[in-house]
Amino acid sequence: MIYRETGQFKANYADDQALFPIAQDRYVVIAALIVAFGVVPMVLNQYWLNAIMLPFLIYSLAALGLNILTGYCGQVSLGTGGFMAVGAFAVYKLMVAFPELGFIPLVILSGLITAAVGSLFGLPSLRIKGFYLAVATLASQFFLIWLFNKVGWFFNYNATGMITSPPMTMFGVIITGPEGSPMAKYFLVATIVAVFALVAKNIARGRIGRNWMAIRDMDIAAELIGVRPLIAKLSAFAVSSFYIGMAGALYFAVWLGSAEPTEAFDINQSFLVLFMIIIGGLGSVLGSFLGAGFLVLMPILLKNILVDGFGTDSALAAHIEIMTVGALIIIFLIVEPHGLARLWRIAKEKLRLWPFPY
Amino acid sequence: MSERQLGDTILEVNNIGLSFGVMKVLDDISFDIKKGEIRSIIGPNGAGKSSMLNVINGFYHPQEGTITFKGETRKAMAPHVAASHGIARTFQNIALFKGMSTLDNIMTGRNLKMKTNIFWQALHLGPARKEELENREAAERIIDFLDIQAIRKKPVGKLPYGLQKRVELGRALAAEPELLLLDEPMAGMNSEEKEDMSRFIIDVNDEFGTTIALIEHDMGVVMDLSDRVVVLDYGKQLADGVPDEVRANQEVIDAYLGVPHE
Amino acid sequence: MTFFIEVTLSGLMAGVMYSLVALGFVLIFKASGIFNFAQGVMALFAALTLVGFMDEFGMPIWLAIIGTIAVMIALAWVIERVMLRHLVNQEPIILFMATIGLAYVLEGLGDILWGSDVKMLDIGIPQGASDWMLDTFDIYIEKLEIFAAATAATLVIFLAIFFQKTRIGRALRAVADDHQAALSVGISLHTIWVIVWSVSGIVALVAGIMWGSKSGVQFSLSLIALKALPVLILGGFTSVPGAIIGGMIIGVGEKLAEVYLGPFVGGALENWFAYMLALAFLLFRPQGLFGERIIERV
Repeated sequence: MIYRETGQFKANYADDQALFPIAQDRYVVIAALIVAFGVVPMVLNQYWLNAIMLPFLIYSLAALGLNILTGYCGQVSLGTGGFMAVGAFAVYKLMVAFPELGFIPLVILSGLITAAVGSLFGLPSLRIKGFYLAVATLASQFFLIWLFNKVGWFFNYNATGMITSPPMTMFGVIITGPEGSPMAKYFLVATIVAVFALVAKNIARGRIGRNWMAIRDMDIAAELIGVRPLIAKLSAFAVSSFYIGMAGALYFAVWLGSAEPTEAFDINQSFLVLFMIIIGGLGSVLGSFLGAGFLVLMPILLKNILVDGFGTDSALAAHIEIMTVGALIIIFLIVEPHGLARLWRIAKEKLRLWPFPY
Repeated sequence: MSERQLGDTILEVNNIGLSFGVMKVLDDISFDIKKGEIRSIIGPNGAGKSSMLNVINGFYHPQEGTITFKGETRKAMAPHVAASHGIARTFQNIALFKGMSTLDNIMTGRNLKMKTNIFWQALHLGPARKEELENREAAERIIDFLDIQAIRKKPVGKLPYGLQKRVELGRALAAEPELLLLDEPMAGMNSEEKEDMSRFIIDVNDEFGTTIALIEHDMGVVMDLSDRVVVLDYGKQLADGVPDEVRANQEVIDAYLGVPHE
Repeated sequence: MTFFIEVTLSGLMAGVMYSLVALGFVLIFKASGIFNFAQGVMALFAALTLVGFMDEFGMPIWLAIIGTIAVMIALAWVIERVMLRHLVNQEPIILFMATIGLAYVLEGLGDILWGSDVKMLDIGIPQGASDWMLDTFDIYIEKLEIFAAATAATLVIFLAIFFQKTRIGRALRAVADDHQAALSVGISLHTIWVIVWSVSGIVALVAGIMWGSKSGVQFSLSLIALKALPVLILGGFTSVPGAIIGGMIIGVGEKLAEVYLGPFVGGALENWFAYMLALAFLLFRPQGLFGERIIERV
């Protein structure tokens, strides 16, 4: 099957504006969904589902969120960890208070709560830009983590300050906390991520997405043609935080099972997710997945090679990992600032013209 | 061209004064723009021409004077008020959205025509889809008008300069403005490109009845296109009138046209 | 009242420490428009290297310091060669993210070379309370803090002379004002960058020594260095006096908040107070205390 759009004619704008106007792209996405929901659960064992697929999907969701803010709207945020914590603590409080609502509505609700908090911390973006804003978002990171550490109400006054996910079921299967079945967890998270990836794509290609990108590319011109910076920036903060909040909720309730704010949501989480979208590709939905996949797999791979392959001391392996991640960021920014997603697009362009490149 | 019948006044600026710190950028500027006319603002570099446009569409807020647009008098415009009341513009140094395609740039120009909320957009169904298609058709009409079909899906950052200027005009037209502000639309163009752009400007004015305020350095173009010309120099208003009057004005000749640069 | 003065003074001293890190940021930002997120890690790296030279190679203090300076200069050269040179025309925010990557590389490298355990750094800076201050004013201040303040002052004077009087310093200022113009009169941007990164590497070493002597050389040092960011916001990215005064405001503000507000909200205000203060400040004066106001044009 050769990637070719010759012979695929669009007779109306509706077809041309379809999600994937080129037929082969549609096949790839359908194949990916079949693999995700059919093949992966059949082939992979519990370790793979739990240790790789779940974090991959959850980080993809967080990366999608940050990509909306940073990649599409151009506002750099270092507060991702803090916003994930908001989602986690929101879902915890909700699970304890309203378990009867069902898990998915609670996750969405946590996302909405995070969206509200995110918009609040997005307010400074109306006056400040660039790295000034990046520093300002550090305020949300440190303040939120401090808040969840100090105010007992958030962790229901338990002595350890940890929150632990109560078991919740869906269709009679436990899907949260340590007792949950990895398979059920995987299906749950994969469904949420697939649905909201589609939603992100839809928003990004419509009016709101265009307004975000206009603000990113040339904010003054955007304002002068009628894009309201206030609405565009705050909506980007809200939608972004919504995604990050849901990711935080799933990260805590489904994957970790229990969490302690200073460790689970510290500033390194913020950096990690930022790195994912840089490596994956700023302003690309696909890139969010590629970046998350890359940075979830890379450390595991590196550890396997170094520790198991060469018998490297595991502390040293951790240092090498940090260095590698940093070096990769620099390399990507130098060689391909648009990330893996761009490489994929270039490959497709080549394929379109192959074997006659001129 | 100056024989044309002009409509009512659409915009009037009165005694505009604008300064940054101690620097007086505009000093007591007053002129009007009539419906359907092509109005040029000329003057040497640093005369305050772009600042004047910035005042009209609300990016700068003058300290003195008033702006009357479509019968409403204000101390200053706000950018979104200007945009939603039908003022669009292009920029001296191209201010396109570089990461977006030509089509998306023009579609963004139509953002005020689009209203569906985020929930419909998230689903991309129903009203959101309908609205997107309707506006796509309008955008395509502009693309046809400007003859830029071939670069529809290309990111504008990589287009040649002349085409970028054209896309920027397209983005401004997309808003279906009543008053179009063009800030040096022909700067840096060769004579062929200038002819094309002049033709577009005349067509926009003729076919859509759009009122145009134009800043341009090429005197030939200005004198050919304009119904009336206002001349600025160091923030002061030197002259205002039909091209022939302005051409004959001794002060203008001294300040700008006649006296060679030393 | 004595207590208040004590708290204020200790805040001032802590602020000076922040200023030391902020100073490095300002130097690089002024000369190249790069917001160097790795400045804090550079301080950690420098301190680790210094301790490494002293403990593992048994070098005397003076030799270790010279050695570390050499390492920081070499590092600046490598950074320019491998990273900056290839990012010349990128947007500032891309460069900013690249320096986050650089922070990770340096952190990993420092740990690999010298190990990640907490190290004591003792280069003979006096420790303990200043008896003289205690006797004369009945105020408790650490000798180390006074020493740090004096060092910072010396450093600032030194830098001022460097920028005003030397040929290289003047070239640096030329570049800061206008890259193009500087290039057109034959100043090599690459050389300038190596120099300015070396200078801020040395400033980082000084900061690293002070912090290291105070609380040991450990990873948390690079987190403390993050506090230099709000200092910069307060002071303005391009102002050396701004970095100093901003540091003092942050230092005093957060100490006072911790002592007088902390008990009501469960303490540890220091984690975020500086950032919130900077944030509030930004809303009213986005260009900082001493930054220049930008008039936007189209």
